[in-house]
Amino acid sequence: MDKVKSLEDLKKLREEALQKRKIKATSGQIEIIVGMGTVGIAAGARETLKAILDMIEKENLSDVIVRQTGNIGLDSWEPIVQVVVGDSPKVTYGKVNPEIARRIVSEHVMGGTPVKQFVIEA
Amino acid sequence: MRELALHLLDIAENSISARAKNITITVTESLVEDRLRFVVEDDGSGMSPEMIAKVVDPFVTSRTTRKVGLGIPLLKAAAEASNGFFKLQSQPGKGTVVEVEFQRSHIDRMPLGDLASTFITLLIGSPEVHWVLNYITDNGSYTFDDEPVKAVLDGVPLCEPSVIAYIRQEIREGIQAIQPTEPSLILAK
Repeated sequence: MDKVKSLEDLKKLREEALQKRKIKATSGQIEIIVGMGTVGIAAGARETLKAILDMIEKENLSDVIVRQTGNIGLDSWEPIVQVVVGDSPKVTYGKVNPEIARRIVSEHVMGGTPVKQFVIEA
Repeated sequence: MRELALHLLDIAENSISARAKNITITVTESLVEDRLRFVVEDDGSGMSPEMIAKVVDPFVTSRTTRKVGLGIPLLKAAAEASNGFFKLQSQPGKGTVVEVEFQRSHIDRMPLGDLASTFITLLIGSPEVHWVLNYITDNGSYTFDDEPVKAVLDGVPLCEPSVIAYIRQEIREGIQAIQPTEPSLILAK
């Protein structure tokens, strides 16, 4: 693969992304955290994260930060996904397979309503 | 875990937990030498000999002050069952090197699995780490160093939709271009 050309492409992507950010009003940052400890990985957390990235790409969601974290400490609930919208309290979801992950992105991240049936109550 | 790529992800997560700033992963797959190996090198907090003994064999000691998972012992057993080995070298304050090798054609060897997904998960999920990802086969080698990419992006996050697409394509194509073809699959055709 032509490296220089591909970094040129990336420069273009960057400018487009900055343009998009300018247009968009600051709607408050949204963060999605996926637990990627040993138990999480064994339970399918990599595929859960992949489903989330696919949704962000498909729906063109620009203000979402996705990151992974180590063991969250709720082994029997893995894969675990946490969603933080702006200043709202963190919502923790358990047993999140790719299908549930896609629902969380469309209903909670995009629609603003947590998917209650998969929320782990503290 | 049914894929080596998932074990690789697990090992790399340990490096992230050890607060490594630089993590280099090298996966080597050679049909000529009949070996499949991966090496994860980090500059994280490292481990004492006592800690190493515990992560490699959690049943040796009854110390319970720190939680230790079964990821490493299972990987070690899998490597040894496939005519390979597991080696962990670490120095407190310096970092850790984990080396795992399998006989590639061994009947008990786990499939490599989705290496690209493991790489993408690490890159996007832990952007604070400087990643160097290498994949080497008999056909050539592929390296993804995220430093130039982050320099060009200059503050635009890796989880920007168009950037996710870029990284996914770059890594998938880089791996696919040199990935060996399974002889058994050729025979099956």
